[in-house]
Amino acid sequence: MSEQPFRVLPAVTDDNEHFWRGGEHGELRFLRCADCGTWIHPPQPRCPSCWSTDVAPQASSGRGRILTYTINRQPWYPGLDPPYVVAIVELDDQEGLRLTTNIVNVDPDDVDFDQRVRVTFEEYPDRNGSVWLPFFEPDPGVGDVPAQEVS
Amino acid sequence: MTWTDIGERRAVVSGVGQSEVGRRIYPDPLGLTLDACIAAVEHAGLQLSDIDGLATYPGNMNQPPGFSGVGITEVHDALRLELNWFAGGLELPGQLGSVANAVAAVATGLCRHVLCFRTVWEASAQGDAGRASVTMGGGGGGGGFRASSFMQWTLPFGAPSAANWIGMMANLHFHRYGTTREQLAWIALNSRRNAEINPKAIYRTPMSMQDYLDVRMISDPLCLYDCDVPADGSTAVIISRAESAGDLARPPVRIEAIGTALRGRPSWDQFDDLTTMALRDAALMMWERTDLTAEQVHIAELYDGFSFITLAWLEAFGFCAQGEGGAFIDGGTRIAREAAQTPGSVALNTHGGQLSAGRLHGYGFLHEACVQLWGEAGERQVSVDGGPPTIGIAAAGGGPLAAAFLLRTD
Ligand SMILES: [Zn+2]
Repeated sequence: MSEQPFRVLPAVTDDNEHFWRGGEHGELRFLRCADCGTWIHPPQPRCPSCWSTDVAPQASSGRGRILTYTINRQPWYPGLDPPYVVAIVELDDQEGLRLTTNIVNVDPDDVDFDQRVRVTFEEYPDRNGSVWLPFFEPDPGVGDVPAQEVS
Repeated sequence: MTWTDIGERRAVVSGVGQSEVGRRIYPDPLGLTLDACIAAVEHAGLQLSDIDGLATYPGNMNQPPGFSGVGITEVHDALRLELNWFAGGLELPGQLGSVANAVAAVATGLCRHVLCFRTVWEASAQGDAGRASVTMGGGGGGGGFRASSFMQWTLPFGAPSAANWIGMMANLHFHRYGTTREQLAWIALNSRRNAEINPKAIYRTPMSMQDYLDVRMISDPLCLYDCDVPADGSTAVIISRAESAGDLARPPVRIEAIGTALRGRPSWDQFDDLTTMALRDAALMMWERTDLTAEQVHIAELYDGFSFITLAWLEAFGFCAQGEGGAFIDGGTRIAREAAQTPGSVALNTHGGQLSAGRLHGYGFLHEACVQLWGEAGERQVSVDGGPPTIGIAAAGGGPLAAAFLLRTD
């Protein structure tokens, strides 16, 4: 794994472990409210829709679309070479369920708004156990869907 | 929302001061701060013994390098102030949130004269390594640093900088509204044009459209000239009770309205409309608290940590409709310093903004607005009806950080 690009890794805690280690099982996990079904990100101990405390990690579809992106061209870290695509992806599971990520396995110039993408994980070993960074790649399973504007 | 008590009108700006400003002047940050503070107190016609309040942003921090370094305690002690109220901190509606704190303290009668300050020495602290030296967790090999809190959601993805986060917002604006780099360039070109005649500005040589288009990209669609320039310097502002006007060196700048709202999620990537950011809420709240309108504003000193933020502020204040900021700034005539009096136009960032005058981090905009309203801007002084402008906006912040001040002397 020594040829992996450099990545700053997250501090894994009981609260975020489902997110950072779900990739071991191929799952992009978020907290979800058992009472009303709301997906929650970042993690918090109560549902922001109904204030229930009955929230637990659940696998999302791992599929969504690119809400916006930028091609980063600045070398911020030795060992992580630009250009690479930083994006905000909105998951299909719920309007507004989104995360910042990288779009990988594609030429940066071929990335576009509303592009369909799916999660792909990369394992990064760390001293207290690996984390699986959730990247996204073009989703060959479905064609591009019509652009949705966010109000 | 309808407001019944516009308490900020019980406060005024009574004086401003600024230290030397430069690149890598290797200052003593406390020395810079005291220069600015003493200048502001003198400018107001007050004595240090009159100061009974102290406010700052972000408070004393060791990281990122040069971002702070001077907190409330150091200034309090160095000036031997006898304080009735003080507050310093980071969790505020942007940099000018600290001035809003001071206004609130004065308006509620907790103190009479608040010395507000903001000091940066990022140019020296970052040294020759440049801005990349501030990226958390840098240095390769993983080190001991692990990201937590908000940064855990961005650092693992090689997005440590607001250039990346604002780049995504700007790119969405470009996509949704057809905004172009040739339009956005006018924020930088207008600032440089104004900086050419600001003796304290860091970059004063003319910039052409071709210069802008040719410079290297940082995070699409933002290029180097869309990013502000780290500086060393300190700015101070005195907020006083309106009743003290007769004791001051000059008629004060009155505070017509403030906006400090953040009604969406407090986040760089979870906010509902990434093309407006929290500026939308702060600007809306400011207008809710006054009968004045954007058409009456002569000067607008609007935060430009990145050029796109300024465009978003212009839209948020209603100088143009949402999405029409690109067309509004295109060609630069509607934002030039000569445009202050022209209906549908506003003189923008008349000192050169942080893009060209230097990243004094929010306070530079309030300083410039007051200097212009007092008619003390020298060669770059904006003229309205043969005198200084009388209505201006100072606003700072981007992403989930934003505060807006509507100021008047009429
Ligand atoms: Zn719920």
